[in-house]
Amino acid sequence: MPIESIAILVLAGFVGYTVISKVPNTLHTPLMSGTNAIHGIVLLGGLIVLGHGVDGVLNKILLVVAIAFGMINVVGGFLVTDRMLGMFKQRPGERRPGERGSGAGKEGGQ
Amino acid sequence: MTTLVSVGYIVAFVLFIYGLMGMTGPRTAVRGNWIAAAGMTVAVVATLLQPGMGNWLLIALGLGIGAVIGVPAARRVKMTAMPQMVALFNGVGGGAVALIAWVEFRVTTGYEAEPLYVAIASLFAAIVGSVSFWGSGVAFGKLQELLPGRPVTLGRLQQPLNIVLLAAALACAVIIAAGGRSEWLIIGVLVAAGLIGVMVVLPIGGADMPVVISLLNAFTGLSAAAMGLALDNTALIVAGMIVGASGSILTNLMAQAMNRSIPAILAGGFGSGGGGGAVAAGGGGDRPVRSTSAADAAIQLAYAGRVMVVPGYGLAVAQAQHAVREMADLLEAKGIDVAYAVHPVAGRMPGHMNVLLAEADVPYESLKEMDESNSAFPQVDVSLVIGANDVTNPAAQSDPNSPIYGMPILHVTSSRSVIVLKRSMGSGFAGIDNALFTDPKTAMLFGDAKESVGGIVEELKSL
Repeated sequence: MPIESIAILVLAGFVGYTVISKVPNTLHTPLMSGTNAIHGIVLLGGLIVLGHGVDGVLNKILLVVAIAFGMINVVGGFLVTDRMLGMFKQRPGERRPGERGSGAGKEGGQ
Repeated sequence: MTTLVSVGYIVAFVLFIYGLMGMTGPRTAVRGNWIAAAGMTVAVVATLLQPGMGNWLLIALGLGIGAVIGVPAARRVKMTAMPQMVALFNGVGGGAVALIAWVEFRVTTGYEAEPLYVAIASLFAAIVGSVSFWGSGVAFGKLQELLPGRPVTLGRLQQPLNIVLLAAALACAVIIAAGGRSEWLIIGVLVAAGLIGVMVVLPIGGADMPVVISLLNAFTGLSAAAMGLALDNTALIVAGMIVGASGSILTNLMAQAMNRSIPAILAGGFGSGGGGGAVAAGGGGDRPVRSTSAADAAIQLAYAGRVMVVPGYGLAVAQAQHAVREMADLLEAKGIDVAYAVHPVAGRMPGHMNVLLAEADVPYESLKEMDESNSAFPQVDVSLVIGANDVTNPAAQSDPNSPIYGMPILHVTSSRSVIVLKRSMGSGFAGIDNALFTDPKTAMLFGDAKESVGGIVEELKSL
């Protein structure tokens, strides 16, 4: 019975909800890109099905394509996110922490 | 699953969640991204350590092809092309799910010996994954301008056709779940779902595209979670569901920022109807437009006390962010206060503009959120609108017939004067006219945003 799986599914949903509820607008794009990279986890699905052995050329081709797709999703996703976030790097000593806090608070209220 | 693999997965979950938490703050975001990437590496390695794994050559081939395509694509993409790149990466994820579901059907000969829940989860994954793949493909085509950015609709046939396609996909799925073994059934599911993806995204106007990409991102997450249920793999369930839930919230936040409801966006046709034309006539299209020169604009800016730059997509396509920064430096050297008013959906994705300005080393502190900007405008001497249109359109506040009525905007007209940099009098991405351009306070500086700002910089230097 998949009851444990469904319990895990529901709890993971709440984790996703809690983690994301308060994010400044500024980070929406990088965050979308980051979560985008994480669903590249489908790569594991391809690995498991192919790794445990399938017969037939078509099955193998489809799975290799699926693994390639998943890999593009993962590496592309994380690298693009890193490039985007790299743009926010501050020159040393310029950041005023007080402003950051108030800005983030405002976002949450929207 | 062995203990080692399970422990690896648990470590991966901790890293995913911790990484995502880091990504919600600007200071910890870079590290958070790498922590999540480390989690992914742990999950992949743990999976490969499962007993009974084989086909190593083919696995290496798939991983190699993916890396060879994915790494350069991510490294070389221009910052302005980021939204379509995210759409593309999202699409291939959905495509992977759909392909795995197809193979699952083939190797189990139509889920013959599998429990019903496996068939249901796998078919759900097939439908949602295929929608995500084709929908993201169309979103990519629109943003890359391979397809027209304006809504493409079939008029009244649109909704019935979508319903027929959905019914066809579900019918095939139900027959499979009830014991159908023909491979054409699963192909029918994938094709019908793919057509739904195309038909739903095609009529959506460019202005709504960010919300759509975010929604498809959540879809791919959900399809990955469903695939996890079918394969009994906790890593897929947890990571997929986290993305599904967080992506749904992100989509909702974005839609709220534009005052649009998700069903209204999916119903499509934003800026496509006769409404746009009516606004053009009522919005004062016959009032005179006052145009200015780079020299006059420079003088106006040089004698201001506070300047607010309002960047939009025009700035992004013209790659004018570095020129804008140079101009801001010159103005600041004269003791003028320069800030940037960033609308939540400026550019084509929320936060897109912040990324572009940050690329040009604009200090994070000068970027003002919408509420902060709107309370600052009455003290601003000159608002410099660079290629922003819909986010400054007063019709969103004053004209209930406008397609963007109700969308929160930046109140640039409450500043003392406005200079609008624009390529021509053409309407914005949403396809509607802007009464701001004919406001008596407004002067228009026509031309490419980068050249116009460059011209202002030259004039400022010679003042």
